[in-house]
Formats: sequence, structure tokens, C-alpha cells
Amino acid sequence: MQKKKKISTSSARAVLSGNAAIARGAWEAGVRFASAYPGTPSTEILEYLGTYPEVDAQWAVNEKTAMETVIGAAYAGARSLVAQKHVGLNVAADPFFTVAYTGINGGLVIITADDPGMHSSQNEQDNRFYARMAKVPLLEPSTSQEAYEMTIAAIELSEKFDAPVLLRTTTRISHSEGIVSMGERREGPAREFIRNLAKYCVLPHNARKLHVKLEERMKELEVYSNDCPWNRIEKGDGKIGIIASGISYTHSRELFPKASFLKLGFTNPFPRDLVKRFAASVKNIIVIEENDPFIEEQVRALGIDCIGKDRIPVCGELDPDILHESLREFIPQAFPTRVAAVDVPVPLRPPVLCPGCPHRGVFFLLRKLDLLVTGDIGCYTLGAFPPHNAIHTTVCMGASITNALGIGKAMKEKIHGRLAAVIGESTFLHSGITGLIDTVYNQGRHLTFVLDNSITAMTGHQPNPATGITLKGKPTKKIDLTALCRAAGVDHVVDADPFDLQGLEAAIKGALAKAEPTVIITRRPCYLLKDYKPEKSPIQLDRAKCVKCGQCWKLGCPAIERSQADGKTVINATLCVECGLCAKVCRPGAITSISVKSGDAGSLNAEANTMKGPGKNINSEKQAQLKKTDHNTNSKKEPTK
Amino acid sequence: MTMTNILLCGVGGQGTLLASNILAETAMLAGFDVKKSEVHGMAQRGGSVVSHVRFGSVVHSPLIRKGECDLLLSFEELETLRWSVFLRPNGLVLMNAQRIMPMTVSGGEGIYPDTISERLTKLPARVHAVDALGKARELGNSKCVNVVLLGLMAKQLPVLPRTIWEEVLESRIPAKLLELNKKAFEAGWGLA
Ligand SMILES: Cc1ncc(C[n+]2csc(CCOP(=O)(O)OP(=O)(O)O)c2C)c(N)n1
Ligand code: SF4
Ligand code: SF4
Repeated sequence: MQKKKKISTSSARAVLSGNAAIARGAWEAGVRFASAYPGTPSTEILEYLGTYPEVDAQWAVNEKTAMETVIGAAYAGARSLVAQKHVGLNVAADPFFTVAYTGINGGLVIITADDPGMHSSQNEQDNRFYARMAKVPLLEPSTSQEAYEMTIAAIELSEKFDAPVLLRTTTRISHSEGIVSMGERREGPAREFIRNLAKYCVLPHNARKLHVKLEERMKELEVYSNDCPWNRIEKGDGKIGIIASGISYTHSRELFPKASFLKLGFTNPFPRDLVKRFAASVKNIIVIEENDPFIEEQVRALGIDCIGKDRIPVCGELDPDILHESLREFIPQAFPTRVAAVDVPVPLRPPVLCPGCPHRGVFFLLRKLDLLVTGDIGCYTLGAFPPHNAIHTTVCMGASITNALGIGKAMKEKIHGRLAAVIGESTFLHSGITGLIDTVYNQGRHLTFVLDNSITAMTGHQPNPATGITLKGKPTKKIDLTALCRAAGVDHVVDADPFDLQGLEAAIKGALAKAEPTVIITRRPCYLLKDYKPEKSPIQLDRAKCVKCGQCWKLGCPAIERSQADGKTVINATLCVECGLCAKVCRPGAITSISVKSGDAGSLNAEANTMKGPGKNINSEKQAQLKKTDHNTNSKKEPTK
Repeated sequence: MTMTNILLCGVGGQGTLLASNILAETAMLAGFDVKKSEVHGMAQRGGSVVSHVRFGSVVHSPLIRKGECDLLLSFEELETLRWSVFLRPNGLVLMNAQRIMPMTVSGGEGIYPDTISERLTKLPARVHAVDALGKARELGNSKCVNVVLLGLMAKQLPVLPRTIWEEVLESRIPAKLLELNKKAFEAGWGLA
């Protein structure tokens, strides 16, 4: 686990990321309880909160359990925070919609960290629509300072209006840093849980009344929205009026130094009167916002014409260059002079599994055995990319097991014995276990790999229930994955070391031969874990023996390079961590390791590619596709996280 | 309003993030408004990484525009090429002459150009390539290459006083590594 630098507790100025600023604001606002499931770009909020002794911060098993837990804490009077990445709110949507009805007791702020540009996500859904759909007040900070101030305001508003408050950041807010002037912590009022069925128990009879109350609350909040510090007019020359929120506001301020601005930070309920007033004071209105026309549609609904998504892209993140391009005719100043681009193709540098990564052995074998593999979300999603090319689907967290169940149902005998799901232990506990029960119940028969690397690695190394450590670094009960799979009804559950390629291959073949659901739990810690000190297997390379067969390149180890001069293998000693895996796959014995028994390599490669069938075709098609996208996309091969 | 736009680029794991943190904090303590932007996540997995740091009297957007980068501090040669499109004419490039092969090159999908320094000199930019990794190794720890590069850059930024750099290094770097990193900073300063 990576320890976050503590934010100093004295009131002062510091350069803080949006996430650190949110944590600081929550702490100052008297937040006592926080829960989250990690997800980029929201993760650091809880990591920072965990450094404050006054805050009981914990990692939840998934976003739904996190949301329900903080709702409980808020009902019981504690000022509380829950944070998630945008898709995390999909998982937590059920309780989210209902807490809008019940309201709270202690203040509750819900953070959604959206990801325009999909730096590390599978979609760029605009979660501002959740606020509108659930009828929850919405704040959108533009800077770290605002992220900090708005978090404090969210807690106050939450208690004042008896409503949960949604605070929406984006990657560019969460991970950018700016100067924040900080204050002191103020404790919230002491409150406790008071039995109140009409409020806390949403039987239809109660919910009908709560809905009426909710609509009234929205009206009161609209009055606030029209007259709050977060929505302000900044007077300019009146020729152009910009309406902007979030990071787009900061870009726009630089592109339109003379324009009038309506800077929106509180966007649900929408400040209709304020917008009308602003519109009457300017000639042309341009609405500048990232992703969907959330603000623009509401401006248009007032009968106000504006420029917006007819010119500004819906897809991807905005930046000053893109905005300048889309709004050229409204911007008098010229484009900055660029230096000419270098006249040589610059190869992409996509992220890769680290040297020493435990997942590497699994993907080497999955590709070799040419299985149809449904994937999931974690570091191991990189197994979909070259040179592994071993994964065929990735939908969302937990989907590997159920996707495989569905594929098995559709393809039946054509795929039985060649179908596998791969899922990390954190993802398995998040939402894979339900799929496994479904598989057993509905008599699926694919093989599920639970890749246990003793950490939630992709999001920057958070502990999870399978590690037996809490967010605060304290020991807790460690969940027994084998017993869990057995209790779900899987009889064939075996352990394997992903670096024992022979043993793992035998285990895979054994499992695939069974006409029942099976599980292989691969156990080897993430190489980056601080306390993990594996035995080193220094390797030697005899270049004379290298026949350029490419077996070692298929491992996808960043330390294994191919010489541009003679096409043979070169080992980059600065990057190699001496895990010894490459020596196990080098048949001609060019790469050797003292601790790898001779003969290992030979038997491994003896039956390479003897499996035929649909899996094979899918693999080659996918490869062709990947090749294509490589050329088209620009260094955007990051997996979802 | 004078604005200084600095782009730091490299390969995940080289320590660009710590370097950009130190730069941003130094700029704040020197009395500037400052913003910094980078996208986390891929940093540990060998991907291409870049940090934008902007300081001046008031900074709105955290992003540097193409054509407005005053100084490109690059930790790796290929990454210099990739990010050089951000340079302003006559901008300064400080480059660690180190090459890390991306997987796409090992996989035969791309070629690592072997004439990077030459190509850079054709740009309307001032280019200064140094062996910062070598310096770091001489000091006994290749990991401090980022602080060598910080020292190199600091010398070129007279608006940020050296005493503040040192103060920030002291507050950011664990005590047992401080001596080493101070030497690294000094070594970088001397390379310019
Ligand atoms: C609903 C949802 N929540 C959170 C995330 C962010 N996320 C992606 S992978 C991952 C966990 C990966 O952990 P694990 O499955 O153990 O695999 P590892 O990265 O350790 O190999 C998380 C939290 C997400 N993509 N979707
Ligand atoms: S962080 Fe750990 S699990 Fe992820 S790629 Fe690196 S070694 Fe593998
Ligand atoms: S031993 Fe081989 S596989 Fe392991 S890190 Fe070194 S080069 Fe990579």
C-alpha cells in the first residue's frame, strides 16, 4: 500500500490535488465517517481521509456497500462522505436514488469522479444526469480551492436541506493541483439515530409522501441555486457571454479574457432565473462544458438560443486547443505558433505489466492454450493487449464470470473445455462472487481464474478483504477465497503459483477436462508490494544461442527488448527484477537462470499451439483488430480501472 | 502577466511525479500562483507520462497549450520527441539521454528512432542533452535521476530561488535519502 503524504493539519496554504482538497474539506467540515471502493480518479480521497485520526475511513467491498454504509452512518448522525468513480455510481445507484427520498440526519456528501477522455475507464458517462434523475443537489468545482470549499458547503447544505449532496469532479479536477488556503476542523453537532419510520423506511405508503417532500425541497433548492456563491456573473464587455462549469471554466477564462461569464458551480436544481438574467445582458451565449450538453439543454429549455455542442465536441476531454479550434470565429487572438512536429513516427508507449508481475505467467499460458477468455477489470486487463492477446471481452467489474456463463450457454459443446474467465481477487469480491453462484446454480461449466495478487493493484495498491488489512493499515479477518468458492458450490477449487508454468498448465488442463464449474486461484503477490521480497532468479543471456523464436517476447516483459540491429533478444538490466520467468520459456537455452531447473523449458514448449477450435479463430481476428486500432488510436490503450 | 509553462515527461516509474510536485511547491513558496496537471494511474506501469506545471501571477487552466511550453524537462529520449509538439519557438529542452524501449518496439510494431538528438537540433529550440542517469549512478543510486534533472532545470529558472528549492527538497525527501538527493541536485545544477 502506498502511504499518502499527510496534509498538514494547521491552517495554511498548500499545493493540493482536487482529491486532497476534497479530503481536507471533509475533515474540516467535521466528517467522521467515510467509505469507498477504489476507482480512478477518485481513489486518493479516501487514502487522504484515512490519514486523519478523527475520520473513520474504510474500504468497502464495492460501491453499493459503501453507499449503504455511509447512509447508515448519516442516519445515525455522523457527517459522512462516500466517493467513487463515475461507473461506481452505477453500482451504488439503487441506494443513491432512495437516500434522495429519505434525506439524512448527519450531513452526507457523495463524490462522483467522472472521467472525460477515458484516461482510465470504459466509458465517459456524465454523472451530472444522476443528480437530475435522482433529484439531488449538484456541485461542480473548477479548481482545487473550489473542491475544498464546495466539500465544506456540501456538508452544510446537506444538513440545511436534509438532502444528500452530489459533488462531481472530473479527472482533470481530481488529479490537477493548485493552491488551497485551508482552515481548521469544526466538529458537527452531536446527533444520534432516532426511530422515524415515515422518514427512514421507504414502504410505498411512506415513499409517496417522501416524494412530495422531495419535490418541495427541489423548489427550495432552486431558490438557493439562483442566489448562491457558486453561481456568479463575472461582468465583461457583454458581446460574448460564456456559461461554463468545471474545468471548462478555467480553459475558457484564458481563451476569452474580455467576455462576460456566468460561472456555474451549483447546477442542479438549475438556476433558471439567474441564467435568464445573464442571457438578457449579453449578445451571444456560448455554453462550454465537457461531455454531454447538461447545462446547454437547460439553457435551451428556457427558450434561450446558444452555441454549444453544435461546435464543441461531446466526445473526449476538452482543452484550450480543442476549444480554440471549435470556437475560432469568436476568438480574436491567433493560435500559438507551434514548432514543426518531428518528421519520424514516434512509437506508442502503452502501459504494460510490470517486470516480475504475477499475472504474466497466466497470460502466457492462456494464449498458448488458445482459450476463449472473458476478462475483467484490473492490472490483468492488460492481458488483452499485445503481446499477450489472451483476453476476448471486458465489460465491467465482475462481468468476466457471467459473460463466460452466457457464452457457454450460447455455444454449448462448441466451447466447453475451452472457456475461461479471469478476475482479480478484489474484483471477485466486489461483484464476481454473485456471478460464480449464478454459474453454479445454472450449471455453467467454464473455468474461473481468481488472480490473487494480495492487493487491489490497478488503482494504486489498496488493501481488500482478501489481504486481511484495513484502510488504516490495521489487521482484520482475512477472507478465505478457497472456502468462499467452495461455499458457492464449486467442488473443484485448486491453488496454483502463476510462475510455476508447468504446474499451472497441468492445473488448467485438469480443470478444463471437468464437466462442471471449476476455479483456479493463482497466488503470488503483486511485485510492487513493499513487503514482498521474492527469491531472486538472476538470469544470463547467451546471445549466440538466441534463435529469435520470440517466446520470451510473448511474456510482454518490459525488460526484454528486441535488438533493432540483429533482431535478437536483449535484456535491459536496469528494468529486470530477476524473476526468472523468461528462462522458463526459452527453449534453446539462450536465457538461463541458476534457479530454474533444466528441462522446464523444453516440456513447456513441446505441445505449443496444438489446440485448435473456435478459440483459435477469435484470437487471430482479435489480433488483427488490435493491430488496426494500434495505428489509429494515439497512445490510448490504457485499460479501464 | 508573465507565465512560465513547464512540461515534464518520461516513462512511468522514472520519478517525474515527485519532480513536478517539488517544482510546483517551489513555485508557490516563491510567491507565484501555480497549477499542475497530470493523469495518474499509468505511472507505475511503464506508460508514457507527462506533467504540466504552470506558474505566474494568476493561472486559470492547468493545461499548457501546444506552442506555449517554455521548458521541456524530459527523462527519456523518445518521450522528448513525443512531447516536443508542445514547445514554443526557441523553447528550452533539457533531456536525460536515456532510452527505454517501449513494448511496441520489442513487439516489432514500431521503430525507436536512433537519431533523436539530431532531429531535435533541427527544431527551433535550444536543446541540452545530459547523462543524468550516469550522474545518478555515479552518486550511487540510479533512482535520484529525477533530482539530478531538477537541479539542471533549477539553474535555468532564476525566478525560483535556490534556497526555496532546497527547503522543499528537505520537506519532501525522507531524511535517510536527503544527503544523496542534495548531492544529486548539486550535480544537476553543475551540468548546466
Ligand atoms: C465499478 C467500478 N469500480 C471501480 C473500478 C476501478 N477499478 C478497476 S480495477 C479495480 C480493482 C482491481 O483489483 P484486482 O481485481 O484485485 O486486480 P489487480 O489490479 O490487483 O490485478 C478497480 C477498483 C471500476 N473500473 N469499476
Ligand atoms: S502493479 Fe502489480 S499486479 Fe499490477 S502490473 Fe504491476 S506487478 Fe502486476
Ligand atoms: S527475469 Fe526475465 S521475465 Fe523476469 S524481469 Fe527479468 S527479463 Fe523480465
